[in-house]
Amino acid sequence: MKHSLRGSLLLSIICLIPFSLRAQVTTERLLHASDEPQNWLTYSGSYASQRYSPLSQVGPGNVKNLELKWVFQAQSLQKFETTPLVVDGVMYITQSPNDIIALDAKTGRAFWLYHYAPSPAARPCCGIVNRGVAILGDSLFMATVDAHLVSVDAKNGHARWDVKLAEASAGYAMTMAPLVVKDKVIVGVAGGEYGIRGFIEAFDAASGKQVWRFDTIPQPGEPGHDSWRGRDWEHGSAAVWVTGSYDPELNLTYWGTGNPGPDWNPEQRPGDNLYSDSTVALDPDTGKLKWYFQFTPGDPYDYDSVQVPVLVNSNWKGSPRKLMLWGNRNGFFYVLDRTNGKFLTGSPFVKVNWASGLDANGRPIITPQPTGATTYPGIQGGTNWYSPSYSPRTKLFYLSAWEDYGTVFSGINVDYNEGQRYTGGANASPIPGADNPLGQRLGPINVYTEALAHGAVIAMDPETAKPKWKFEMHDVNTSGILTTGSDLLFVGGREGYFQALDAQSGQLLWKQNLGGEIIAGPISFQVDGKQYVTIASGNGLFTYALRE
Amino acid sequence: MKLRNCVSGGWLAQCSFFAAIIIGTAVYVPAGYSQGQDRAPQYFPADIQYGAQIFATQCTPCHGVNGDQIPGVNFRAGQFKRVISDNDLRLTVTNGVPGTGMLPFTFGASELTGIVAYLRNMNSFNARGMMIGDASHGRALFEGAGNCTGCHAVNGKGPRLAPDLGDIGTLRTADLIQRTLVDPAGTILPANRPVRAVTKDGKVISGRRLNEDTYSVQLIDEQEHLTSLSKADLREYAVLKTTTMPSYKDKFSAQELADLAAYLLSLKGVK
Repeated sequence: MKHSLRGSLLLSIICLIPFSLRAQVTTERLLHASDEPQNWLTYSGSYASQRYSPLSQVGPGNVKNLELKWVFQAQSLQKFETTPLVVDGVMYITQSPNDIIALDAKTGRAFWLYHYAPSPAARPCCGIVNRGVAILGDSLFMATVDAHLVSVDAKNGHARWDVKLAEASAGYAMTMAPLVVKDKVIVGVAGGEYGIRGFIEAFDAASGKQVWRFDTIPQPGEPGHDSWRGRDWEHGSAAVWVTGSYDPELNLTYWGTGNPGPDWNPEQRPGDNLYSDSTVALDPDTGKLKWYFQFTPGDPYDYDSVQVPVLVNSNWKGSPRKLMLWGNRNGFFYVLDRTNGKFLTGSPFVKVNWASGLDANGRPIITPQPTGATTYPGIQGGTNWYSPSYSPRTKLFYLSAWEDYGTVFSGINVDYNEGQRYTGGANASPIPGADNPLGQRLGPINVYTEALAHGAVIAMDPETAKPKWKFEMHDVNTSGILTTGSDLLFVGGREGYFQALDAQSGQLLWKQNLGGEIIAGPISFQVDGKQYVTIASGNGLFTYALRE
Repeated sequence: MKLRNCVSGGWLAQCSFFAAIIIGTAVYVPAGYSQGQDRAPQYFPADIQYGAQIFATQCTPCHGVNGDQIPGVNFRAGQFKRVISDNDLRLTVTNGVPGTGMLPFTFGASELTGIVAYLRNMNSFNARGMMIGDASHGRALFEGAGNCTGCHAVNGKGPRLAPDLGDIGTLRTADLIQRTLVDPAGTILPANRPVRAVTKDGKVISGRRLNEDTYSVQLIDEQEHLTSLSKADLREYAVLKTTTMPSYKDKFSAQELADLAAYLLSLKGVK
């Protein structure tokens, strides 16, 4: 009987091997994700995070023939910020609070749904949202709003392991899609409005066992700790709430960090407040810091640097160089050498008056505005977490921007109480009675933003750090961006339009009104020889392809 | 779409339609209060005074005139049991505190702004300087000497060209109402700005903007038609930052302005 069971088991395993192997998303496949343009294997499309799809079936000449193929309606009225993964015809999305759903990528019909019920103690600052999953082998990984990391079987949605990273009741949360590097799953924690101490943590993908942790605020005795006064560092925030990138040749993983706490009162935390508002380069095997670059030292404006690091190999002043491109919430565009964090160039991409420029090391030359005066950019920044894109064809960097947008900042003292907001701000709109545009649209009426701000897609030339072209929008722009191998640029916006632009010129080629705010990034994939483009809008996930 | 809003004043004189009192707003969020902040940057005297009036009638039975009758709570000293931010205060007043004597109150946004402003400034507020408005006299001014009904309706009665003020008392704070009466051009909300469009075939369309996006604008025109325009079909399009609403600074006395403001604050919509 024992032998018989063993025999049956062996036969079952042998039968499963070919299918399982086809379905396995190996480390090798993740390393060469751009060799599989039919799939979208990581949050940003590849480890370089360019959000560029080589697919070219849909191009400037036929984009007008795109038609809606299917819609998936999320069972949630929260913001829908998911970026889907697509693996060999199966799409994996998340919906609020922490559901994973496997869909047929051709039809939008669901295979399974995994539901995770986060603790009622969860208190993410800015919406109970999730931005997507990561995959390795046949396991999916999701970070939750109550600061857990879960592993789920990609075939049936059954939970494999669940680890708790931190106390949700203290304000820790996670909203990002994890990053898988080799055999590890890497995530960071949100909570910058609650006086947490931020960190990035890596777990063994198979077991969920912690491998390393990097605290984004150095403790006493560590380099950089002297950028804090006394015990301010204990609640100094520096949260990490957007997915990082990875360079396999350098074996470095790059992440952006958020504001120091309290957000708007630097008098309570004098100093540069390392490593807030920075990008950190870590060894993915050990979590050791290799270098950092701080964009906004001692930030009084909540200029989180949680943008996705975009990695580009390009000629720089005539020589090949490994670059990192960064459109920062502080309104400056940066080009860094990602081997060592050296600042190469930078300049504003929107109206900026908190600094007159950047010095030779990239440090801002600050020009604080008088009390009661408007500071540009405002609270939400010149851009925010929305994914930018880089096209290796046009060699341009594209980002969503808030232009002519300012806030009257004012810091106030605030006491730290665990789990309560720790922001220290009394900020106002420059227009009496009109609130600043929020990070989320509150209704269908939009008539005030041209006086307070307007949106744009800006194409930046990394060589010059200057805009090449600009596509202006009436409302501010909260959408991620996708570029393709046919020089199309797909972008949404708060108005609910999903648009295709000519990536070379910025000319509008196609648009559809999807009705709901777009606060997610588009992706493209291919099934059975047909190219699709998908975007979340409102509470629906919309997928387009060319008319038959 | 590169068509940008622009401001043009050359034809303003033709737009007598815009001689309107533009006080209304589509923005419900508290004035000056931004997402994620702890306190308003400034508490205005009119709001503090309005809050003091509400406090005197609604809150003193339990909290006392000095706000110190509940153990552990002393408003003048800034001592609260569970409140840190202004938003905490609003939520406590709106939701009450289960299991205690603190009941939920159904205040509008402007009332909440007033209460918060007063509680934050109770220690320094001087009630003797308060000018109490007479709402019934304010109504008489509104319908008479002020000629406000020439442009504004109240709860559907009157013209539609300017915003209906039937619920202005819940939408705008006491401070903003007071300021609008003396400086309408300086306080007109972008939401209420008049627009002027010229179609490619030369037709001029003027009205009050109701909504706008990158590609289109929705308005109510001078004939009170709801109109939607595609910007691609327009030769000109301008959003005005001015208004011909008169200032009442020199027309009414301080007491009359207080009366008018009291009337407007009393307009809280159809129940």
